[in-house]
Amino acid sequence: MANKKEKTASMAAKRRAGNIVAYIILILMSIIWLFPFVGIVLQSFRSFDTEYGGMVNYLVPKQFSLDNYKFLFSGETNFLLWYMNTIIIAFFVSLFQTCVILCVSYALSRMRFKCRDLLMRFWLILGMFPGFLSMICLYFLLKQFGLTQAGAVPGLILVSVASSGMGYYVCKGYFDTIPKALDEAARIDGATRAQIMFQMIVPLSKPIIIYQALTAFMGPWCDYIFASYIAFGHDKSYNVAVAMARWVNTNDYQGYFTRFCAGGVLIAVPVTLLFMALQKYYVEGVTGGAVKG
Amino acid sequence: MASAVSNPSAKKKGNAVLTVFQKIGSTFAKGDWKTKISYLILGFGPLLRGQIVKGLAFLAAEIAFLYYMFVPQMAFPGNESLEGIGLGYLTRITTLGNVATKKVGRKTVYGDNSFMILLFGVLTIIIVVAFLLVWYLNICENAEEEKLISAGKKLPTNKKFIRSFLDENFDKTLMTLPVVGVFLFTVLPILFMICVAFTNYDKNHQSPTNLFTWVGLQNFKNLFSFATDGFGGTFVRVLGWTILWALLATFIDYFLGLAVAMLINKKGIRFKKMWRTILVLTIAVPQFVSLLYISKLFANDGLINGFLLRMHIIDDAIPFWTDPVLAKITIVVINIWIGIPYLMLIATGLLMNIPEDLYESAKIDGANPFQMFWYITLPYMLFVTGPFLLSQFTGNLNNFNVIYLLSGGGPQSMKMAGNAGQTDLLVTWLYKMTVNDTNYCMAAVIGIMVFLVTAITFGKVYNMLPSVKDEEGFQ
Repeated sequence: MANKKEKTASMAAKRRAGNIVAYIILILMSIIWLFPFVGIVLQSFRSFDTEYGGMVNYLVPKQFSLDNYKFLFSGETNFLLWYMNTIIIAFFVSLFQTCVILCVSYALSRMRFKCRDLLMRFWLILGMFPGFLSMICLYFLLKQFGLTQAGAVPGLILVSVASSGMGYYVCKGYFDTIPKALDEAARIDGATRAQIMFQMIVPLSKPIIIYQALTAFMGPWCDYIFASYIAFGHDKSYNVAVAMARWVNTNDYQGYFTRFCAGGVLIAVPVTLLFMALQKYYVEGVTGGAVKG
Repeated sequence: MASAVSNPSAKKKGNAVLTVFQKIGSTFAKGDWKTKISYLILGFGPLLRGQIVKGLAFLAAEIAFLYYMFVPQMAFPGNESLEGIGLGYLTRITTLGNVATKKVGRKTVYGDNSFMILLFGVLTIIIVVAFLLVWYLNICENAEEEKLISAGKKLPTNKKFIRSFLDENFDKTLMTLPVVGVFLFTVLPILFMICVAFTNYDKNHQSPTNLFTWVGLQNFKNLFSFATDGFGGTFVRVLGWTILWALLATFIDYFLGLAVAMLINKKGIRFKKMWRTILVLTIAVPQFVSLLYISKLFANDGLINGFLLRMHIIDDAIPFWTDPVLAKITIVVINIWIGIPYLMLIATGLLMNIPEDLYESAKIDGANPFQMFWYITLPYMLFVTGPFLLSQFTGNLNNFNVIYLLSGGGPQSMKMAGNAGQTDLLVTWLYKMTVNDTNYCMAAVIGIMVFLVTAITFGKVYNMLPSVKDEEGFQ
């Protein structure tokens, strides 16, 4: 009896020791994970007048100020325009891309048509080509329609939406889990395929629609490569990624570093809040997608 | 095994081609005069049989095709008479144009535009194939209608036909726009670039001022040439690093992510949600903000080096980005920072799916935690996430953002051709070659190589995955 008690006591002690190690690891990890974000926020508040805008070897500014934020809103650069461009692109890409993916997923999940397998295999192979391979060609194609430089914003939306049908995997996987018996029952009652889609499947798929819209919305905020190529040299049609990367990488980044941080904070805060609010759906989509491949 | 699979399908394909020709022939022989005229005037039969919508669609396709191909619309350099767009480009695709741009006095007289000739040439070939398909569908439609009439049945009304696009033909309504979009913005550009790989389209042959032309396999020979000005040595090094990087990035992140997920899931750990939220921040914040900041954090004049120098821990800045080996290590380590949260999110949900009694019975049998991980958790996770691991690996082969935003492919090396840096992946090299060097033909060759590497890995591994081999295996 005493032996057993001793055993449980030692087990509890062991577990407690294990938990303490776990807590230490988690706390260390949290510090590492949060460090860059804390760094960006602190640097963004560094006074431009007294401490210059370059990179420094200390984390906490000697003098806090809103200089950098004032600069962004002062109209000296097109920051607000870049921000608007990105919001416009993100909004429309999110809207149209979700619609396209819903259409493709429904057709591939619920209907059996000629060439269905062929099409799916073809798109899979197509996805293995690196995206920028087609960059030059797309640039000239868009140029024919005036959708580069000054027209880069609609051009970017068009390119992002046009090929989005190929990203149907997660959504189709979700549709596949909705029982087909529902469809059959509705068809016996005389519903058309279109009615089934809009009145049954779509309302049942709220989580996956939110997931698709969220990922589509977040994509354009990071779109650097294609955006910089299409808007090349035309300041007014930059998105934030192109403009901020230019601030960091041009030779005078020494002066623009804290301004980049301030811009980064303004970009990251709304996107992060949106993500956190919809995190539940994101996890659902990512996990579902990973398991089904 | 592969040949055993491919043989019957090849036979089937042969049969399919045969039946197509049989159908074309027999429909013509057996068909009435309406059907026979439909061979020349598309949609003639359906129109006379009252299938107005179908008939008009076929007819419109034919008119549009003929207009595009033959109606004189533009003059090509060296040929002052007007030509049809389709035919004009199609006849020039073999040479990609031979009238050079020249200066007459102070005026530039533009010659052939090789770029447009190649692009529209490819497009025209596809349009011709598509038209042949429409022509064949038109024959099938005629045959179908005759069959229905001879069986004494009524043809469906036009109204019913249109309504079918919301019901049994709803797939066509849904798929048309996405398929056309993918075709114009993905298939066409890729076909074009594959063609470019066989031309000499580089910085000395920029259209419209200069012509470029077909050079056969010369670019591929160049890629595998180990002479001093060849790309061979560089290609092997970049390819080696690309594969090493993809392996490291995929598997280190996978196992660490799994470990972190288990750590947070551990019994007795509190604030689970808080830990997860902190990690997930890396996904939420746009990568270009966080990665650009981190890249500067590790720079020679960045915060980390600055701090260490100020504390006199080091005397010279640690060359995080300028030393080739250190740069590679830094990138892999920073990628852990990005990669763990994804894996943690995925693993957290999946770990809860493992039946608890498996662990209970293992404990009774005296298994220690490591054994439980090795024999229960890991096999289950690998089984479930196999396809995901594969897509992670192929994704990492093409992981442009991390490399480009962190190191930009640097440090540069004199030993490497085509401006490649020590940490360049094939894709970032491709990007540099496109944007900085405008060496489009070599960029296209590298793009094809990226595709081959991805496709071969995918093909080899996919069939080995246990979850693909037998879906019910683990239950």
